[in-house]
Amino acid sequence: MNVDQPAQKPIFTKDDFVSSQEVRWCPGCGDYSILATAQRTLAKYNIPREKHVFISGIGCSSRFPYYMNTYGFHTIHGRAPTIASGLKCVAPDLKVWVITGDGDGLSIGGNHLIHCMRRNIDINILLVNNQIYGLTKGQYSPTSEFGKVTKSSPMGSIDYPINALCIALASESTFVARTTDTDPRHMGMILERAMAHKGTSFVEIYQNCIIFNDKAFGPVTGRDTKEDRMVFLEDGKPLIFGKDRNKAIFIKRLQPVTGDYDPVKTYPDILVHQESGVSSHHAYLLTQMRYPEMPVPFGVFRAIERPTYDALLQNQVDQAVKDRGAGDLKKLIYGGQTWRVE
Amino acid sequence: MTHSKTITQATAITVRFAGDSGDGMQLTGDQFTDTSAVMGNDFATFPDYPAEIRAPAGTLPGVSSFQIQFSEAIVFTPGDIADVLIAMNPAALKVNLHHVKKSGLIIVNESVFTEPNLRKANYKTNPLNDGTLQDYQVMRVPITELTKNALKEHPLKLTEVERCKNFFALGLMFWLYSRDYEYTFQWIKKKFAKRPEIAEANIAAVKAGYSFGDITEAFNVQYQVKKASLQKGTYRKITGNEALAIGLIAGARLANKTLFYGSYPITPASGILHELSSHKHYDVKTFQAEDEIAAIGTAIGASFGGQIAVTGTSGPGVCLKSEALGLAVMAELPLILIDVQRSGPSTGMPTKTEQTDLLQVLYGRNGESPICVLAPQTPADCFDVAVEAIRIAVKYMTPVAILSEGYLANAAEPWKLPEIEKFEKITVVHPQKTEAEFLPYARDPKTLARPWAIPGTPGLEHRIGGLAKADLTGNVSYDPVNNQKMIQLRAEKIQRIAEDIPALEVRGAKSGQLLVLGWGGTYGAIYQAVDDLDKDSSRIGQAHLKYLCPFPRGLEKIVRSYKKVLVPELNSGQLIMLLRAQFPGVVFEGLNKIQGLPFQVDEIRNKIKGLL
Repeated sequence: MNVDQPAQKPIFTKDDFVSSQEVRWCPGCGDYSILATAQRTLAKYNIPREKHVFISGIGCSSRFPYYMNTYGFHTIHGRAPTIASGLKCVAPDLKVWVITGDGDGLSIGGNHLIHCMRRNIDINILLVNNQIYGLTKGQYSPTSEFGKVTKSSPMGSIDYPINALCIALASESTFVARTTDTDPRHMGMILERAMAHKGTSFVEIYQNCIIFNDKAFGPVTGRDTKEDRMVFLEDGKPLIFGKDRNKAIFIKRLQPVTGDYDPVKTYPDILVHQESGVSSHHAYLLTQMRYPEMPVPFGVFRAIERPTYDALLQNQVDQAVKDRGAGDLKKLIYGGQTWRVE
Repeated sequence: MTHSKTITQATAITVRFAGDSGDGMQLTGDQFTDTSAVMGNDFATFPDYPAEIRAPAGTLPGVSSFQIQFSEAIVFTPGDIADVLIAMNPAALKVNLHHVKKSGLIIVNESVFTEPNLRKANYKTNPLNDGTLQDYQVMRVPITELTKNALKEHPLKLTEVERCKNFFALGLMFWLYSRDYEYTFQWIKKKFAKRPEIAEANIAAVKAGYSFGDITEAFNVQYQVKKASLQKGTYRKITGNEALAIGLIAGARLANKTLFYGSYPITPASGILHELSSHKHYDVKTFQAEDEIAAIGTAIGASFGGQIAVTGTSGPGVCLKSEALGLAVMAELPLILIDVQRSGPSTGMPTKTEQTDLLQVLYGRNGESPICVLAPQTPADCFDVAVEAIRIAVKYMTPVAILSEGYLANAAEPWKLPEIEKFEKITVVHPQKTEAEFLPYARDPKTLARPWAIPGTPGLEHRIGGLAKADLTGNVSYDPVNNQKMIQLRAEKIQRIAEDIPALEVRGAKSGQLLVLGWGGTYGAIYQAVDDLDKDSSRIGQAHLKYLCPFPRGLEKIVRSYKKVLVPELNSGQLIMLLRAQFPGVVFEGLNKIQGLPFQVDEIRNKIKGLL
């Protein structure tokens, strides 16, 4: 039985992953949807609770581990990937999750995120992006739009925003995906893909902060608009969207553009999604599709295989033992030039 | 060759090798040291090199030096001041002249005392001719020319020939101090196994230097230094960084654990990372992190995962790690922090030594977050301190800081090899599920340690973190009374370590006029100074603190047994501040130096004389 796939006869239920702690997010917070989806997803696998570890930094979403009935570590601002990395290096059989946010992961902890992904440590990173600082009560974040008026930017933010997925691709991440709190089914599918992936899985989750940045993603993921403004990625398939599935993405002069689509016709320049290209430029091109000019892609942007850091690290230990024999402490102490005094 | 030269017995000799960073002075010093070790002398070394990898050749900032004291008696320091200086160029002479005793011997490489080189060293006139060296015995040896002559039959490029000149100098010193060159020949053959022509040239250079001493009339005295009467046993040469690395591996083994070392390269701590990364077959995982914060973060993660976790750095790195160190205090996880102290503040003098991080390591965190702090006192002692740090960390579930020093990190001494079979095992118990509810913050009644439940253990799922915790359950708690209780419990836990460590020992007079109380790497210089002044142990006591938090039992009684307590420190008075706060009424007197250099024995001797 492969425990890395959802079980045919699950032995756990969602409640097995619910801790005794009272959830303290604001009513209506998008984090509730993410928590429930994570709990539901884990229950699909016959992986016991003690094998999961949720590690977070600081921020609203970083309270997540307290609510999971697994092992958990609520650490310090921005540093969750480092603690997760160290844990995974010494305990490769654990499923290690990092819960971070746009401030925690892309601002104070940006450096760790980059290096964790380039090493390809086998952990799953969920970056909950609400484009605002919630826990400190409403300052602009590194993903807030230019000109955003907040408590700390009454005249509008003059910080140009960064795109989480571009950071992931530039960091040579082997798994890059985007989903949204408004679509738990899609989120669950993405979490399953992330779990199955060997290496760092980076998942950006659009999340609504009902208090400080309500409906920030509404124009894209809103009930009335999503059909025309969200495009779901499927490996090997063209990017088709619209209520009547009559629009598609085409490539013109290396730029993605929208155009009419008729299923009976063939289009040489239609954009066909491919998760596993050697280079990341296809995925990068998708990250540049932004509202309002273009529909916004959701799904797995990139999924490739590369040896994981934790496995390579263990391999070096094993190789050293093979080459030099299991270390003998006495030999170590008596190493180098020794001499006797009688 | 006729040997009509006088052979003089010497008890202890201090030699200083100095040259350009690219001249191989550290290597030359190391070879001289190894040979002295094999010949049975006691020794202590002091590499003194610049932070610049290769400053422009021939300039003052590019000078790299190596000092060794070797002796037939037990020595505790690399010697205050050199009997002999080997200066490979004018800059080396200029930088090191004040390290040579008056009437001492200076051997200069005369070949390079040229106009351009003198200018680079800021000499307006040639010091060999202008009376600068009139108080010294000067031997002008055209080392470069002689090396070239000796190697003219060897098939090497001119630049390669010139690089052999340090071996000529080494050969000359081997002659002067009646050393056997065989050990160095073996080393050269191994080191240059792939370039046998280089090996042969270097060996020829050593022989040429040796013969030069032998046949040159001006060198009319040869010295001998007898074997030291070291304790019976097997020895090796060890530096502090090597001893720390080996000690960490040994400690992890004694605890039946693997070792994880997360570190970001920083002078003078990088040697530990290098050493550990070459011992992977001892179940050692090294992680070169993206920064200092990640380095400690990975170590905390590894500790959470149930292994022996260590992060090593120097002072500036400790600043960056402080928040994470506070997390380890709050999470009550075992963690070793190594701070190889260097001269500060800020980037300071990275290759120079100091003891200025004591207060930082004790108090440099937000909130009240006490940790255990240990300080090794000699390079070899770093081994014992590393093992002890691991023992305390896992027994008390606490971070333990090891305050090493740049001086200890790079200095070498003979290490009497311990019988590792006789070391006590370090017991670690990870809890398993029982009928009772698992309480991650329930404490051992004696040590106050909380249980080390590791992820993967069925039934013990729990969450820890940096937020204030409820007693017993560890759940997030904002209860004011609970908060104070938890802070007190953590402080009390650290204090209880005092019951579990050796009582402080005093050497010499047990009461009376003066106690000299030091910590860390000043041990050797203090020992020597006290020894010199109080042969019959009647007036002076010496005690040295290896445990800085908590202080060992008996400290108060000891300091109150003397009229005065002298506290020499390589800072402005950090330990003395703590002592004054804790033991009011005792007369503490400081001796402070912040020059990036260790104490000279003479400086401590003079201070003591003034107090008696």
